[in-house]
Amino acid sequence: MSILVNKDTKVICQGLTEAQGTFHTEQAIAYGTKMVGGVSSGRGGTKHLELPVFNTVAEAVEKTKANASVIYTPAIFAVDAIFEAIDAEIELIICITEEIPILDMVRVKKALENSKSRLIGPNCYGIISTEECKIGIMPSHIYSKGNVGIVSRSGTLAYEVAAQTTDVNLGQSTCIGIGGDPVNGTSFTDTLELFLGDDETYGIIMIGEIGGSAEEEAAEFFKQSKIKKPTVCYIAGATAPKGRQMGHTGAIISGEKGTAEAKIDAMKSAGITVCASPAMLGSAMLNLLKGH
Amino acid sequence: MNIHEYQAKKLLSKYGVAIPDGKIAYTAAEAETVAKEIGGSMWVVKSQIHAEEREKGFFKEEKAGKGGGIRIVKSVEEVRKNAEKMIGATLVTAWTKESGMEVKRVYIENYCDVKRELYLNMFVDSSTSRVTILASAETSIKTIKEAIDSSVGCLPENAEKIALALGLKGKQISSAVTFITAMYKAFIDLDASAIRINPLVVLQNDEIVALDVKMSFDSNALYRHKNIQKLRDRDEENPLEIEADRYSLSYISLDGNIGCIVNGAGLAMATMDIVKLYGGEPANFLDVGRGATKDRVTVAFKLVLSDPKVEGILVNIFGGIMRCDLIADGIVSAAHEISLNIPLVVRLDGVNVELGKKILAESGLHIITAENMSDAAEKIVKAVKEAV
Repeated sequence: MSILVNKDTKVICQGLTEAQGTFHTEQAIAYGTKMVGGVSSGRGGTKHLELPVFNTVAEAVEKTKANASVIYTPAIFAVDAIFEAIDAEIELIICITEEIPILDMVRVKKALENSKSRLIGPNCYGIISTEECKIGIMPSHIYSKGNVGIVSRSGTLAYEVAAQTTDVNLGQSTCIGIGGDPVNGTSFTDTLELFLGDDETYGIIMIGEIGGSAEEEAAEFFKQSKIKKPTVCYIAGATAPKGRQMGHTGAIISGEKGTAEAKIDAMKSAGITVCASPAMLGSAMLNLLKGH
Repeated sequence: MNIHEYQAKKLLSKYGVAIPDGKIAYTAAEAETVAKEIGGSMWVVKSQIHAEEREKGFFKEEKAGKGGGIRIVKSVEEVRKNAEKMIGATLVTAWTKESGMEVKRVYIENYCDVKRELYLNMFVDSSTSRVTILASAETSIKTIKEAIDSSVGCLPENAEKIALALGLKGKQISSAVTFITAMYKAFIDLDASAIRINPLVVLQNDEIVALDVKMSFDSNALYRHKNIQKLRDRDEENPLEIEADRYSLSYISLDGNIGCIVNGAGLAMATMDIVKLYGGEPANFLDVGRGATKDRVTVAFKLVLSDPKVEGILVNIFGGIMRCDLIADGIVSAAHEISLNIPLVVRLDGVNVELGKKILAESGLHIITAENMSDAAEKIVKAVKEAV
């Protein structure tokens, strides 16, 4: 098994007829993702990329039995799109959109609390279960079927690491981008829990970065967990200055909080292997798995 | 986005947050005038720069005299003299670069007779996804934490809980409740990302007022706050960072000599880290964003090169769905356009990587290509050392 998405996941795209929605849906179909439709207000009843287009998410769910939805729309529309997907009780919502105001995400999180939905993102690259389902903006050629689960905030750094695990012939089960924003739908901890419970995932790579405390919380969860798996971690931003936002909204050291050192210490104390170099994660994972 | 103390105080006071009387002055003469207008017998002359710990800072120029960026004075004459010394001088604090920041204006404020000093911080806690208030008292290292439910907002009960935990009594409690609920309203209405009151003080008359305020805003929400956008002080920002912002590039200037051009924030940080790991010092953080197009790469080169400290450039692009041959074209034409004369190491990965490398090799430019991140970091550090 992979986590969260697989060959049976039925996916719709909110904003399918827009440029981003069209491009990435074509890529997803080419990868083998079971795309079942799209939502574009006012375009209901038409077809796009040979997929049925609906006016609302609720209608799309009713007609296609979709259980996942992906959102690429610009930030000013993305929040309403998430709320619509929550209302339609979509199980998994993946929001790729960047630059969503944080207080809007605070409202989204509140709505998610008592809902049937899980949100991945926003400001993330998406999720891929190799050779089964690709939802998001990642390039498919760097992935190969295998047994490493990868979770990260960043996109391109995660691609870098996925390519490393492909190069050492480990391959991946599922790779998930949780996004660079301080308030997001799915956390490192949530993902660790899923990977630890997944039979197909033998080892886990976690790519954290400065800011917030999600990495420390994940380390604490790992420490307490009865199930352990070989886990390797890298924290980006050891050279970042204090008080400056490093591209991602969440990547900022405030006062003494959110430093790379604190996160690295937490990982080490939980028994997680920490790599100083972002170029060595694939080989570090290989070494750990050899011992198992 | 950050704003000055005087701007934050003005915004907050409109919501009913109590602050001491104060006015801004751009010259020593203005400082004297506003001190008279405010009245009283003691004043505080406060340098307005975005950095924190101004009181503990020092000025680079001798003319500014001894004493930090915040000075308490007992006459209008002293207000004028100190404003004269501070305006135009360069203030260095633990939060500025070593080169410091020029003080362009001073805030003149009534001196407050303080009974107790407290601390209040409002921010979005990413571990609970809630607006959260942190408070503490001077005598205790214990902090009080109150998370606000966004569906109901900050109720008087939330504020009262904080007031009681801080050991406030009688009239102080109602004053604190007014203060905190007003502060929360401002936070939500204005899409703030943090408001820090340090110190929050109890006056002799039991009023609660903000002695210093630091306020910052969510840049992703600025589009819906035209009035806040106007408060941006570009003089406080690095000119290169402003230029980067115009092209939606994320750029932060650092102290090293190896310029970095990268796509993606995480990979950009990782590139800085690996440069350091191989014995180099990164000159900047630069994320060209999701679309590493020729135009953006050209602007990125210009930005990095306008920093005189830069002695070599490392380009690290993980193309993903972007074709490496197109990115290589962009790099070559950018390097031609700016007639690059320092070492350039390029690491490309993604679709058509071999074609991309071929374009770089046949460009007639001295471009060192790298196989992976370690190789790239090692090569640029070596090339810069050899070039010196």
